[in-house]
Amino acid sequence: MAEPIDLAEDRTKEVMTVNIGPHHPATHGVLRLVVDLEGEVVRDLRPVIGYVHTGIEKSCEDKSYWKVIPFVERMDYVSYFFQMEAYCGAVERLVGLEIPPRAKYLRTLFLELNRIHSHLVWLGTTALDLGAISMLWYCFRERDRILDLFEMATGQRMHTRYFQVGGVIEDIPLGFEAKCRSFVEDMPVRVGQYEALLDRNEVFLQRTKGVGIVSRERLLELGVTGPLLRAAGEPWDLRKTFDYLAYPELEFQVPVGTVGDNYDRYRVRVAEMVESARIVGQCLDALPEGPFIADDRKYVLPPRSELSTSMESLIHHFKLVTEGFRVDPGEVYYAIESPRGELGCFVLADGSSKPSRVHFRDPSFVNLQAFEDMALDSYVADMICSLGMLDPILGGVDR
Amino acid sequence: MPDAPGLELIRGEIERDHPGSVLATSFDREQPALVVDSEQILAVLAWLRDTPGQHYTFLSSLHVADYLPATPRFAVHYELLNRDRVERIRVKAMLADPAAEQGAPGTGVLPEIDSCVSLFPTANFQEREAFDFFGIVFVGHPDLTRILLPEDYVGWPQRRDFPIGGEPVTFTYNEHNYG
Repeated sequence: MAEPIDLAEDRTKEVMTVNIGPHHPATHGVLRLVVDLEGEVVRDLRPVIGYVHTGIEKSCEDKSYWKVIPFVERMDYVSYFFQMEAYCGAVERLVGLEIPPRAKYLRTLFLELNRIHSHLVWLGTTALDLGAISMLWYCFRERDRILDLFEMATGQRMHTRYFQVGGVIEDIPLGFEAKCRSFVEDMPVRVGQYEALLDRNEVFLQRTKGVGIVSRERLLELGVTGPLLRAAGEPWDLRKTFDYLAYPELEFQVPVGTVGDNYDRYRVRVAEMVESARIVGQCLDALPEGPFIADDRKYVLPPRSELSTSMESLIHHFKLVTEGFRVDPGEVYYAIESPRGELGCFVLADGSSKPSRVHFRDPSFVNLQAFEDMALDSYVADMICSLGMLDPILGGVDR
Repeated sequence: MPDAPGLELIRGEIERDHPGSVLATSFDREQPALVVDSEQILAVLAWLRDTPGQHYTFLSSLHVADYLPATPRFAVHYELLNRDRVERIRVKAMLADPAAEQGAPGTGVLPEIDSCVSLFPTANFQEREAFDFFGIVFVGHPDLTRILLPEDYVGWPQRRDFPIGGEPVTFTYNEHNYG
């Protein structure tokens, strides 16, 4: 005989532990959340990660330097150009290789296209979480134009392996500039349309305004960087503060928020898309003539055409492809501003042709620590919204 | 970045407050680094964070490198950042492998260092990751468990002497029946 149920008992104070994920569309990847709920209010929260850990950092130790590039691209699979830049930049600093101006601009151009792409994926999926399904189609429509551009220049839509140690693998093709310009002209208009759809949507505003606020002091303590930190009013952007690639020569603004709620996070990212489109346009305008890759034959493959005429080139080509280049012992930490924050790459060289350690300081991994602060004592539905606004890429978190 | 003389000045000032804490400095590839006695790591990190004029208040990254076969074998790297002056400095705490020192590798004795979570809360996940992959115990960490690998995993896979491909294959049905 079961216990008689006391109908008068107040069950709203009962704490219930609920498991969300790891396979759940709202967790934006393979993230598991163990949540203690009191009614619908989150009282405790623990993210459990590691479901897509593939040991990339370990695998990199068994590959020569140039073969590591496609590996690291697959960590944060939405911002692959940034992973490449962090890694290639670190190796270039290790070997002391200066990249030619055209390569700097091309890299900047593709990084910023990638930033727009990443933010579009974020906007589409996060708006989807909040019930705005049409945003997903609109965002992915523009994202496809970026992928078309990537395909045109590199042959691949994702994981392009376009950046090389010393520059980029090949020059942009004929017709790329016109296509890219038309995209750059359209993008601010499209962003305006997104804003028209979301910014005056009462449901969206009520779901985001005043939700998930974390103070900027706390964010800094937790090591949070990128749009999350800027939304809280801290104008910290590595593109402005550190001197890398063509950023010092370009004119752009760093959008910042005021209170640091989910609405600010949305505003900051949307404004960043417009700024990135501006940067892409400036890169096209100012694209210098000249080589797109350094001509140091010890590190950079000789041009294909030389292989049939020059013995020297053939030898260099053979050495680079079979053994790869060797790097003198040393270690370098190189950080860039990825769409999610400070993406750092640490490379330790031991003198051989393979890196002794490749470590990525992935912004999603570090930012995820702020999730508890964002979601605690809010409703489950707001927790999902905060997670979307946090924008973690689990491939990058787990590596 | 502090340049090479600037780095020596920092070293001198730390040495004045905490004698014997800085073992060496290096200025390699334009990146300044302090090699620090692991016993005094918290004192050095707190000094760099709180001393007026230093203010390396932001811990960008915490990671471990395995320098096998060199001794001491491990180093915990702290990439500190001063956001006002936009300067980075790396602090390296060298850690010997106690298992190798006792002449019995594989005894399960793990190197230990103080956790810096109290100084930099951002180190929480990163110290867990370092523990997960290198088996370095961060004493005083609030929840030092494996983070990316399953909790029943045995071994410290990012160590240089851990073989690639040393992982048993879990699902072998096809291999047995059709391989």
